[in-house]
Amino acid sequence: MRHAVRAATGALLAVLCLLLLPGAATAAGETLQGALRNGGEPVEGVTITVTTADGEQVGEDETDETGAFVIELPEAGEYTISLDEDTLPDDVAIREGRSASVTLPVNVGQQRSVLFPLGESSREVRSDLDRLPQLALEGLNFGLIIALAAVGLSLIYGTTGLVNFAHGELVTLGALVAYFFNAIVGLQLVPAAIIAVLICAAMGGAQDFVLWRPLRRKGTGLIAMLVVTIGLALFARGFYLYLFGGGSRPYVDYQLQPATDLGPVALAPKDAVTMGLCVLMLLLVAFALLRTRIGKATRAVADNPALAASSGIDVERVISTVWIAGAGLAGMAGILLALGQQASFQTGFQILLLVFAGVTLGGLGTAFGALVGSVAVGVFTQVSTLVIPTELKNAGALAVLILILLFRPQGILGRAERVG
Amino acid sequence: MDWSVIFTNALAAAVGLETVIFALAAIGLNVHFGYTGLLNFGQAAFLAMAGYGLAISVATFGLPTLVGVGIGLLGAVLLALLLGAPTLRLRADYLAIVTIAAAEIVRLVFRSVTLSEYTGGSDGQGRFAEGFYSINPIPVGTYGLGPLNFSERQTFVLSVGWTLVALSCLLVFMLMRSPWGRVLKAIREDEDAVRSLGKNVYSYKLQSLVLGGVLGSLAGFITAWGNAVVQPDNFSTETTFYAYTIVILGGAARVFGPVVGAAIFWALLSLTDNILNQAKAAGYIPDAILTGFQVGQVRLMLVGLGLMALMIWRPQGLFGDRRELALDAR
Repeated sequence: MRHAVRAATGALLAVLCLLLLPGAATAAGETLQGALRNGGEPVEGVTITVTTADGEQVGEDETDETGAFVIELPEAGEYTISLDEDTLPDDVAIREGRSASVTLPVNVGQQRSVLFPLGESSREVRSDLDRLPQLALEGLNFGLIIALAAVGLSLIYGTTGLVNFAHGELVTLGALVAYFFNAIVGLQLVPAAIIAVLICAAMGGAQDFVLWRPLRRKGTGLIAMLVVTIGLALFARGFYLYLFGGGSRPYVDYQLQPATDLGPVALAPKDAVTMGLCVLMLLLVAFALLRTRIGKATRAVADNPALAASSGIDVERVISTVWIAGAGLAGMAGILLALGQQASFQTGFQILLLVFAGVTLGGLGTAFGALVGSVAVGVFTQVSTLVIPTELKNAGALAVLILILLFRPQGILGRAERVG
Repeated sequence: MDWSVIFTNALAAAVGLETVIFALAAIGLNVHFGYTGLLNFGQAAFLAMAGYGLAISVATFGLPTLVGVGIGLLGAVLLALLLGAPTLRLRADYLAIVTIAAAEIVRLVFRSVTLSEYTGGSDGQGRFAEGFYSINPIPVGTYGLGPLNFSERQTFVLSVGWTLVALSCLLVFMLMRSPWGRVLKAIREDEDAVRSLGKNVYSYKLQSLVLGGVLGSLAGFITAWGNAVVQPDNFSTETTFYAYTIVILGGAARVFGPVVGAAIFWALLSLTDNILNQAKAAGYIPDAILTGFQVGQVRLMLVGLGLMALMIWRPQGLFGDRRELALDAR
């Protein structure tokens, strides 16, 4: 079971690595290059050869300890690059359906990257039905993380009407601040994560205080504010990139954890803790919304701000509470996400659209809808990899979002209303 | 610091390929956002449909360029119908979420390894532009415009591009003066009022989405020809956001707003890039603050800040009318 999953993530990582691989800066001429990775591990000692269209060999290289290979070419033109499968380690093979030899054009001065997706030997790939429980579990894990981010987004939308495209940047903030305290300051990840969540919550509150509250006072339209969130997102992403760089980096703690076999599924301890934490936080939110004074006030404001204000609820205070809590939850989602993957400047941006899908699917502005919708989106993205290529799983989830809007625009838990 | 080079580059950027592309994309977006009040956050997808429609038909299936252009336009129209049909009856923000999602779907599909046989995957598709340049009537040579120099290929693609910009502006100008255009503006102001006058608001919105999408697709063709290659990451959400910044900078619901906005936008970016790069080279900025690699990131931050500042303090942009932008989603 684990092998199949590792193969899938390995292939995904191989793609990511190639995307992040900067062009070889030294060679001025044309090259074909790349890096072989299997499950994130470099594959060393594999022979790669390049031939011209006439079959004449022009270069050969063996992958080094980082899995990288670079073959210099005499000139621009069309070349065939082949991987010698006999030199691959025994448990690694070219991913099923992919070829060990690729023919492609190389332009003048181009340092072209070549991708050989690797996976476990196909002998070990399990049948679809066997993979289902594992994928569903991973989907649930992913969906719960999305839900953490989505609850905040949905509550902010519910209380202020703001569609916040900068919410993903709060998620990233959590991941990066935790990375800073963990890898650079040297704190253990748990205290680092707690500090990161607090900083995110404070940032949420500050954002509302400095930016959104004055805009609301000024009577800025919601669409204008939506465009402001996009500007903020661009700015924040540029800022993260400036500070953190384009790569992705792991936390120091809990990186390599073997998964525990639990019958039909396997789960690493950190994933179990992640899911537990998500459920706990979401239950806390639900309890707060249903039972506490401020929670009830929040639901009242979401329902009808004017009526809530006239019945004595301090609407601004409710909104800043929502911002603080929502940002804290988003930061937590970022930390948990980076724990499973790695921290990067676009940790949050990458899931933003899935968060939106979850929120819309559940019904815009309803906290519980966001929860249900997000889990559905998470499970769907993972399970869909049974039938569609892994690289297109996010596209699949977004396509489902569009389809749902066709038939049930108010979402799963939303209330039908006349909307135009 | 060589100021004459800096200003020449900025001038080149103001009339260059990027400006043409984004002017066309923004003219389309202006029809959506400025005139009709539609929140289309997937303009990049229209560019991608056009660019890839052209590239795939010509490079993969060997069809003539003109047929490729037709397929690209058809792709843009279909995309508009596909996006508009489910969402235009809903509240404005639904369209925003669906269009941004659709744009990502389009990009992910075009960059997927699975379809790389047709699309070229993340490297993109080339080898389709010769059909376009073979009809280039301009003889080989270098052509100057003041301090700027262009090759015959650049001259050709820029002339075609600016002609399209001029024609699109004319089209938008005439349409928005017509009764049809007044209905669009009325929809932006008060949908319910228009509906009560017996107009089919849904149909008008759909027509506006198609028109703006087709105008945007022209930008896709120019992207494809100008770079002689289409790459999926040319059509990321950032492309759309840049186009928004341009529309708002120039002034939404103004015929020339997007064109002026695009020229100023790219000239400003070129200015900041060049000034920063030269200041780096001259040693005014230490590496600890900014490495050469980070100049592009400063650009991203500046665009973000600029967009926020414009929207907060001057939502009408340089030439817009504040009353034209009293949009609201609720």
